[in-house]
Amino acid sequence: MKTTLTLTLATVISGTLVSQAYADDFITLASTTSTENAGLFDAIVPAFEDSTDIEVRVVAVGTGQAFEIARRGDADSLLVHDTAGEEQFVADGYASERADVMYNDFVIIGPSDDPAGIDDAENVAEVFALIADAEAPFASRGDDSGTHRAELRLWESAGVEPQGEWYRELGGGMGPTLNTAAAMDAYVMSDRATWVAFENPQNLALLFAGDKVLFNQYGSLVLSAERHPHLKHDLAAQWHRWLLSEDGQQAIGAFEVDGQQLFFPNAQ
Amino acid sequence: MAADSNALSVALSLLINLDAALVDIVLLSLQVSLLAVCLAALIGFPLGAAVALWRFPGRGLVVVALNALMGLPPVVAGLVVYLLLSRAGPLGEWGLLFTPNAMVIAQVVLVLPILAALSRQKVEELLAEYQEQFVSLGMSRLRMIQTLLWDARFALLTVLLAGFGRASAEVGAVMMVGGNIDGVTRVMTTSIVLETSKGNLPLALGLGIVLLTLVLVINAAAYLVGEWARRRTG
Repeated sequence: MKTTLTLTLATVISGTLVSQAYADDFITLASTTSTENAGLFDAIVPAFEDSTDIEVRVVAVGTGQAFEIARRGDADSLLVHDTAGEEQFVADGYASERADVMYNDFVIIGPSDDPAGIDDAENVAEVFALIADAEAPFASRGDDSGTHRAELRLWESAGVEPQGEWYRELGGGMGPTLNTAAAMDAYVMSDRATWVAFENPQNLALLFAGDKVLFNQYGSLVLSAERHPHLKHDLAAQWHRWLLSEDGQQAIGAFEVDGQQLFFPNAQ
Repeated sequence: MAADSNALSVALSLLINLDAALVDIVLLSLQVSLLAVCLAALIGFPLGAAVALWRFPGRGLVVVALNALMGLPPVVAGLVVYLLLSRAGPLGEWGLLFTPNAMVIAQVVLVLPILAALSRQKVEELLAEYQEQFVSLGMSRLRMIQTLLWDARFALLTVLLAGFGRASAEVGAVMMVGGNIDGVTRVMTTSIVLETSKGNLPLALGLGIVLLTLVLVINAAAYLVGEWARRRTG
């Protein structure tokens, strides 16, 4: 039994050592759950990896956590959606470059029988006011993600302080929040990409979209090598430039789920 | 819900087709959890035996601490290891965050108290029987630990399985320190979380069935090895 155990141990350890021998050229990209859940990286990263031999390792978290990972020096590059936060990040010296990459929009999802009657609202401020008036259940991300930050700005502009039994902060990613909203027939704000790729809508339907304040801009940041000298700054800069290049922009535009384009390239 | 009825067929087709991505994920799960359990056993078993054997001031505290740490929430273990391994943390220079090795470390932290606390208890039971013999033979402490661990080996196999169960089932710690990176640190449990968040419940449940099957096979193998060894040694 001793020999078997030693053998197993040896196999396991050598196996792990082998799997450690990845390509040296890789960057760690902290990005959002919305891009990962929709499947964007599976679609566009291989083209970049083929042309540069740089592997992109995506850690998908909320935008708030992505900033924190980058601030601690644990990611080489960021692809997030909170333009104000991103510009602050550059101003604070954590990132050396920031650029617009692509956009999509936020949509308002709710029970298909629409108890708050938001279906024919004029704008999103009216939508939020109607939901608050009806005290219809609303599922909020509550996790300091880009979507959560955008949602809070919209409540503010609607002049509503979201409070009470009906307003439920879930503290989870977009997918888990949609799962929960589906289970409790709640209204919820989602980015369009996660919603379209989501496979468990149950009774939920897209009820409102198209207000231009629901615009959702994604930005790419290269982190500062001065602050964190160990970062793979050059490789990250290549990824950043590729995203903005014609190839990268085309790859983003070509990505579809169920025949629907989910991200619209808009690099300058 | 359609999820439950589809999940079995999804699980079956995953197993039958031996999807390459799934095989990688399963192998990584096994590597990380087995390595973590082995490392934890190397430290935890002697530690448990030593605590059983030695009478020292504050021993009661150590026993209580080990027992309590069995209930350490994985996400707390993950957070602590994350802060240690992060570039801004004390071990940041090693560059281990978001690698399989970081996941091994987090699981060792989770499994070690289980192995130490349970082996302490098993060894203490055995010690009650052996005490007089040890004294009459005038054995050294080190020799006693070796003897006790060896003679408790069948009970310790079960302890090992409890540790493996904890390691392979947890998700909070590996998610945090591994980052669930596709092809690098994605294991069974983090895949299940990801598929659930995509709303792909049949696939998530299917992966869950595959994970359970795997744990079942490993436990059955351990049981057979134990029985075989028991019969051989009589």
